[in-house]
Amino acid sequence: MDHPSEDSPSSSDKSLGPTNHPQLPFPDEVLEKVLSFVNSHKDRSSVSLVRKDWYNAERWTRSKLFIGNCYSVSPEIVARRFPRIKSVTLKGKPRFSDFNMLPRDWGANVHPWLVMFAKVYPFLEELRLKRMTVTDESLELLAKSFSGFKALSLSSCDGFTENGLKALASHCRNLTELDIQDSISEDVGGGWLSSFPENFSSLEVLNFASLNSDISFDDLERLVSRCKSLRVLKVNETISLDQLQRLLVHAPLLTELGTGSFMQELTPRQYEEVETAFSNCKNLEALSGLWDANSLYLPLLYGACAGLTFLNLSDAPLQSGDFANLLVHCPNLRRLWVIDTVEDKGLEAVGSSCPLLEELRVFPADPYDRHHRDGVSESGFLAVSHGCPKLHYVLYFCRRMTNAAVITIVKNCPDFTHFRLCIMTPGQPDHLTNEPMDEAFGAVAKTCTKLKRLSVSGLLTDVSFEYIGKYAKNLETLSVAFAGSSDWGMQSVLEGCPKLRKLEIRDCPFGNTALLSGKLKYETMRSLWMSACNVTMKGCGILAREMPRLNVEVINDEGSDGSQADKVYVYRTVAGPRRDAPGFVLTL
Amino acid sequence: MLSDNPRPGGALISGRPMSILSREEENDDNYMVISSEESSSYPDSELELGLALSLGGGGKGKSKPPAAAAEAAAGGVYWERYARILTAEDFRSVVSTKAPSSSSSSSSSTVTKANNNSTNGCCGTKRTAESPTSPPGRSPISQVVGWPPVRTYRMNSLANAKSPITEDFFSATDKCKSNNVITSLDNKTNNGGIVTDNSTANEKVFVKKSLFVKVNMDGIPIGRKVDLNAHSCYQTLARSLDEMFRPSVSLLAKRSSVEETLRLLDGLSEFVLTYEDKDGDWMLVGDVPWQLFLISVRRLRIMKKTEANGLGPGSHEKNRRQLTVHI
Repeated sequence: MDHPSEDSPSSSDKSLGPTNHPQLPFPDEVLEKVLSFVNSHKDRSSVSLVRKDWYNAERWTRSKLFIGNCYSVSPEIVARRFPRIKSVTLKGKPRFSDFNMLPRDWGANVHPWLVMFAKVYPFLEELRLKRMTVTDESLELLAKSFSGFKALSLSSCDGFTENGLKALASHCRNLTELDIQDSISEDVGGGWLSSFPENFSSLEVLNFASLNSDISFDDLERLVSRCKSLRVLKVNETISLDQLQRLLVHAPLLTELGTGSFMQELTPRQYEEVETAFSNCKNLEALSGLWDANSLYLPLLYGACAGLTFLNLSDAPLQSGDFANLLVHCPNLRRLWVIDTVEDKGLEAVGSSCPLLEELRVFPADPYDRHHRDGVSESGFLAVSHGCPKLHYVLYFCRRMTNAAVITIVKNCPDFTHFRLCIMTPGQPDHLTNEPMDEAFGAVAKTCTKLKRLSVSGLLTDVSFEYIGKYAKNLETLSVAFAGSSDWGMQSVLEGCPKLRKLEIRDCPFGNTALLSGKLKYETMRSLWMSACNVTMKGCGILAREMPRLNVEVINDEGSDGSQADKVYVYRTVAGPRRDAPGFVLTL
Repeated sequence: MLSDNPRPGGALISGRPMSILSREEENDDNYMVISSEESSSYPDSELELGLALSLGGGGKGKSKPPAAAAEAAAGGVYWERYARILTAEDFRSVVSTKAPSSSSSSSSSTVTKANNNSTNGCCGTKRTAESPTSPPGRSPISQVVGWPPVRTYRMNSLANAKSPITEDFFSATDKCKSNNVITSLDNKTNNGGIVTDNSTANEKVFVKKSLFVKVNMDGIPIGRKVDLNAHSCYQTLARSLDEMFRPSVSLLAKRSSVEETLRLLDGLSEFVLTYEDKDGDWMLVGDVPWQLFLISVRRLRIMKKTEANGLGPGSHEKNRRQLTVHI
């Protein structure tokens, strides 16, 4: 990578005005001012490539760092290039680690980053981590190194206990955001919440919904009542309804609420109080939690639902009737997450009650099909597509689907940007015609010109991938499982999708030919994941040798014969091979 | 004595031979079965609810099965408990049946493996289920690691969910009106968490503690006890009570032929079923949704219709003042 001069930005041209330097229409001060409005990291990357002084101006004015793969670059390189960073977003493990496909201790430890940040960015305010390992030691370092630290968000992270959180609570005087999304740590007790000092009042966002332990309700109540700017509060399941009511009384201005347990014996007076508390939440836009909600208690919510744009019922398995009754009160929904216990009938209610819907996620109550419930099928999806023309994001777990339905769905909703369809039985064909689902995904690729993210499933031949390669010109992320007939499938995608950044494949018959056909392309992508395919160690070795700027990492299953490459993770990097790779990760 | 703890570790069954309906599952999932009602002639006899942990052999397991303990110890692996509420009718015909297993034996073990601190990449193993039978139209599930791609925390949370009351509850009996009525409560243990769909034989429920209440019937000196949590709707309760008291009725009435049932709920027989609620008021059974009934009931009484006149609209109104009706 080119490292142009690292002088301070305005030194060289300060003495010259615009008229004295015909090749530089703007003096650096102007350039920097203009650049201060450029926030997207993609735009900033483009800016930095224009010319040397633009590169410099950009690097001095960048305050937000986005690193999509923590191993693509090193802390040292980052520190050298960007001197003034206040906010860092860092992502670690490949996405399939969310589904237990990576051993623990694989890596993505944030600690070396924090050590560097502590040295170079003392004014760091924000840290957003995804799929990274965060130890207590790291949290303590964080808490003590940045006096102005404001916001910590941990999405799908692991490795910490309450001690780390205690350190944060005790030392970060200006903390505005503590957001522990989906980061489950079995060992996280609840004592940390009591570690906020008595005079601490700056919190605006508090989310501990995924931590299961009991916390001191009194301390929580006091905290909430002190923090007058609190706008996001997501508690965990241990908080009861009447406790929630007391919290709501202190924080009626919440815009996002995650409730605790939603089932509790209530006296009529308590019932009214809870109902009133909800009715007073005039600003509520997002609602989640609702564990154990049922028809008796859901009506408590009705008064808060008028302005609701995001309803997350993914922890509350509801039946279609209760669900439909609730939806009637939520006409402004844009995003809806539900469990498939609502069945097709419930989705019909979505179609009729939520005309503004843009995003729908349907999660399976019974992913391993133990109870043989119906869940949802193509007709539910169809019903939503008929009633919600603005739908552009879908995640849909189902047991059966048809080509015809998908073709109609994308005709109704051609603006899909994210189409993630998971037919849960691997390799399942169209349940009416018994044909592969090629035409379905072909229609998605053809019709949805804005498609950025696609997950395919069901029985698929190479034809589906031909379609994708041919039509999905804006596709950035593709997830494939149990699909394809030959190398040609994967090749079609690699040759065809110009904007492809992430490709994750499991259990497909793609081998070395396919892998190697994309070798140049991988440098334009963030990463490639292939597991349980037909790739061999030899093929990976060839790729590694021919493409030195890629890291080619292999993890082999216990008891495998050593010639197959069971799990392959390929990513571009300027940092060279990982220095922290555990023994089971072979870098070729 | 009855252990009313529904956790595995089981409970014991006493008295009459027990029927166990067990669902065969290889060694990972634990099924609990409710079985047996026993009648005895002791004054304060209780109906005993037997809970047996069934593993593999449909036996009356008492100790925590090693597999389950290992799973629980592995941390992060959920395991599910299912039970089916048996009503009086089941015991007439069923002795012991084995239902076909239909999911993989290795699912939990694969997941366990993956969730363990395996540092050597062993979690990619593929296993296929052996499913000798599966419902028509469903292909056997191949359970592999990471498929379907559902986040672990979501699966844990669904497994632990106390299922909501289904609409079927309210429509199951015509006596239950569909108003949401909440009655006064004290700090009695929440009896919530019961759901059933009586229409399918395989429906599962999450069983909570037993809820025994005394039942007295006019004219019969000996009272009984019934576990309300063993029932899911008024009809099954009525059936049980019928079973319980009909022999005594026929005895006392010295009738040679006894009516088919006491028809406690239909308002036409000579008896009505009533209950005393928290506030000491006697109400007609069947007016409120089942779940609310469970919360407020203190004891039951099968009254002669003539005696039940005081429980007409008047007493309902009195009770309504205490109720919040939500439409």
